Amino acid sequence: METKKTSLYQLHQDCNAKFVEFAGYQMPIQYSEGIVEEHKFTRNHSGIFDVSHMGQLFIYGGEDLIKDLEKIFPLDLKNLKLNHSKYSFLMDKDAGIHDDLIITKTNEGFLIILNAACKDNDFKILKELLEEKYKMVLDENRSLIAIQGPKSSEILNDIINGVKDLNFMSGNWFTFENQKVYITRSGYTGEDGFEISIANDFVDKLTRELINKGSKLIGLGARDTLRLEAGLCLYGHDLDKDKTPVEANLKWAISKERISKGDFIGSDIIIKQLNDGVSKIRVGIKPEGRIIAREKTKIFNQSDVHIGEITSGTFGPSVNGPVAMGYVENEFSKKNTKVFLEVRGKKHPASICSLPFYKKSYVKGVN
Amino acid sequence: MSEVKYSKEHEWIKLDGDVATIGITKHATEMLGDIVFAELPEKGSSVEKDGTAGVVESTKAASDVYTPVSGEVVDTNQAIVDDPSKINQDPEDSAWFFKLKIKDPSEMDTLMNKDDYDKFAKETSA
Repeated sequence: METKKTSLYQLHQDCNAKFVEFAGYQMPIQYSEGIVEEHKFTRNHSGIFDVSHMGQLFIYGGEDLIKDLEKIFPLDLKNLKLNHSKYSFLMDKDAGIHDDLIITKTNEGFLIILNAACKDNDFKILKELLEEKYKMVLDENRSLIAIQGPKSSEILNDIINGVKDLNFMSGNWFTFENQKVYITRSGYTGEDGFEISIANDFVDKLTRELINKGSKLIGLGARDTLRLEAGLCLYGHDLDKDKTPVEANLKWAISKERISKGDFIGSDIIIKQLNDGVSKIRVGIKPEGRIIAREKTKIFNQSDVHIGEITSGTFGPSVNGPVAMGYVENEFSKKNTKVFLEVRGKKHPASICSLPFYKKSYVKGVN
Repeated sequence: MSEVKYSKEHEWIKLDGDVATIGITKHATEMLGDIVFAELPEKGSSVEKDGTAGVVESTKAASDVYTPVSGEVVDTNQAIVDDPSKINQDPEDSAWFFKLKIKDPSEMDTLMNKDDYDKFAKETSA
């Protein structure tokens, strides 16, 4: 299959991007300044991310759709306000995670943002579960960009007036060049920011205007270091079919109201795990010194017993040191528990820590 | 002091008497991106030509550092362990990796001169 290109491909080239293939797309891993500078620029100023490879699934419907989606997602969608968003997951009957996603209630139904590598399969699963009762569009005609970092609100508001008044995890329709754009105040970097859904033909113009106002394109490399510092999961690494939301320490994203009813796919397992506990759980891991423990690094306890594995690990430019997360046996998941990480045959000391590694208090109107 | 020689694994080596200073090339650092971790061989240990003698890691991945000649490690550059970003800033001078008391000077003959290396680097990165 031929590698796909996003509508910003030319702009990425103009900005000297280094490309990698990611989920079937040619995506920029970094630009000329490099991952560390791009990461810091996002934290201190404003960065633009091309996330057009992600799926934008529009499902059209009313009350019936809400009822049917509540059988799938562990969310209180009935009481979710118009234009508000929630983080959730698509699970199987064993509560294994098939994708993590953001779902937003729109005036016509729902918009679900899906991971690039999962979107086609998600579409199939959802179509089957919804018994083809609703119009579903995995929109290839729209691009998706994120603008993240402390200056982003000011920069974007200069071009699209009113976005600065959006609350965190909520969105609305705005216009740019007479085009309808859907903007939510959200992101995946631990910074204040927005995600903008816009027609393919206009994304280049909008992005160039954002750059002219002082923002910069940021590659997938820095996106990974930013999200890891923020303690956020990457599907296919920290989350997969063999892990449940309870094991992934994401139970905050499951509606208590819905658990009490227990009528969604995977609810039996979720309820059982919430009551009885889990054998493995996702934790933050801070290596001592500078050693970087990457994905698949084995974790040992103080008696040299293998107790888990790293699922993401890198160098955190804002933390100025190595950061990692992984799964350990529940009894070793307490904060400050000393563990050892096997890197290139040697065991290096580390400790279990709370997530995120990096936190800013920027949020207004958390729902 | 002899001319600087280069290996296909993108190390540079400068011989001064029977002590060689070894580091990684500017081209290597450009391919790696931001270097955030460096591990060097133990002082006093012996290393064999083309064997592993250290590790560098960028935010993306880990890469082995090889020694272009055999010898005994007589010195290592702690400054690049403490601040690996120095490797990106000055790879072919102050950010050297280790010094070897070399075993066999003829091993130097198997390495490339600057022109040949530049050509090699250009061809392999194209």
